Amino acid sequence: MARVDDTASLAGAEARISRDAARRLDVVFRSGAGIFSIVVLLIAWEAFARSGKVTAFMLPPFSAVAQRIYADAVTGELWRNLGLTMFRALTGFVIASTCGITLGTIMARSRTVRWFFDPIISVGFPMPKIAFLPIIILWLGLYDVSKISVVIFEAIFPVVTATLAGLAGVERELIWSGRNMGASERELMWQVALPAALPQILTGLQVALPIALIVAIIAEMAMGGYGLGGAMMSASRFADSRGVFAGIVEIAIVGYALIKALAFIRGRLLVWHQESAEQH
Amino acid sequence: MQAVLRAGLRYLPLLFLALAWEAVTRLNLVDTAALPPLSKVAVAWIDLIRGGELIDNAKASLYRGSVGLLLAIFGGGGLGLLMARWRLLDIFVNPLVELFYPLPKSALIPVTVLWLGFGDASKILLIFLGCMIPVTIGAYNGARGSDHALVWSARSMGANRLRMMWDVILPSALPELLNGIRTALALAFILLVSSELIVSQQGFGYLIGYLGATGSYEGMYAVALTVAFLGFAADRIYQLFMQWLLAWRE
Repeated sequence: MARVDDTASLAGAEARISRDAARRLDVVFRSGAGIFSIVVLLIAWEAFARSGKVTAFMLPPFSAVAQRIYADAVTGELWRNLGLTMFRALTGFVIASTCGITLGTIMARSRTVRWFFDPIISVGFPMPKIAFLPIIILWLGLYDVSKISVVIFEAIFPVVTATLAGLAGVERELIWSGRNMGASERELMWQVALPAALPQILTGLQVALPIALIVAIIAEMAMGGYGLGGAMMSASRFADSRGVFAGIVEIAIVGYALIKALAFIRGRLLVWHQESAEQH
Repeated sequence: MQAVLRAGLRYLPLLFLALAWEAVTRLNLVDTAALPPLSKVAVAWIDLIRGGELIDNAKASLYRGSVGLLLAIFGGGGLGLLMARWRLLDIFVNPLVELFYPLPKSALIPVTVLWLGFGDASKILLIFLGCMIPVTIGAYNGARGSDHALVWSARSMGANRLRMMWDVILPSALPELLNGIRTALALAFILLVSSELIVSQQGFGYLIGYLGATGSYEGMYAVALTVAFLGFAADRIYQLFMQWLLAWRE
């Protein structure tokens, strides 16, 4: 009997090794193909822009756009705009996350609070709250306070819903056994319920972050005052198409980096969780 | 009767908010220039409907939004399904989808203006480009998850590629595809209103900005609330449609 088990597990291990090798090869191949497609896209951009089928105004060549980005980096313009946009988006995101998780937790614990906020959250979530932008300008002016407020206003909803759903999904057995072992309510919340809900809360944050970036850029475009969005808008007003395309490339890189960073943090925070085991 | 009562109780907080709004403005607790009473906003709304401004701008916005979204659904959905079935396309296009997925879509507003100007075409292109990726990813993930046994048995029964796509892949990709479209729907509203706010001479966003700039704040509140309500209603109607479409899975 034991012998059969051994051969079975040996065969299983071998199959696993060859599957791992195949998967690794696939990963290498895919990342190679990924870089290849991006390079092809950039070459196609350059070639199409130089072919004379479009004017340099409609589509400046990639090399010209790259030069523009470099020039802005040297003068410091790029870093100032980048810093402002990151500051606005991330401050809004952090405030929305903290308030959203807090509100979601309180709603999960108190029936009255839940009764009051539930319809507000469920009606407010699908609304395009960006329509209130001019009202927020009216109240708070054109500066950072109002830009950050718009970001919070849009980004808080997915965090609250994710926290609520995460806490509602915590297994009762976990809570019961924690309580049996003498944990106080506070300990139960911090050491049992919130960690168990963490995967869903992080998913909520991963929905909120791109929203925060989108809205920060819209706010900068509508209100001015520098930042990557503001710089793009003024470039567009002055028919400076290189500036517009430089802005798109810069914003694309920032968005990519921030979203990858959050996914990385998720992996780090959830090392103990099943989902990270499945990936390896 | 009980259901009505329960729904009433559920949405009671919204009524409270509305009453609180009216009360603080009537009691002059806030500056009524910045926050006009809700009743005056309602009057302004009726005036805007009567005057035709709201209807005209609504038509412009709904036209742009629906054309852009439909293009995104068909283009993005088709691309996602093809990527899931055709490995070569997957390997080379997927990196581009991943590259553009995190791009904050609002960055496309100035580019579409540069290409197509201030009118309808630039908004349609913006919504198409901005909303396509979530649909593509939904269709792709859904189709990749479709049951291999189903695909094999369909093939053994002699289904050709087109039939396979329509009868097997699409139905099993449907739940995730529909969720992708829901994300796209919300995004379409945001992109539409913000692009109209920033650069336009027509549409909801333009009307909100115009009324705000000319100081008729009651009207500005009325239009902003209308847009917010439309976004909410569109999502609820879409959810009902999704349930109806997925009823066969039960």
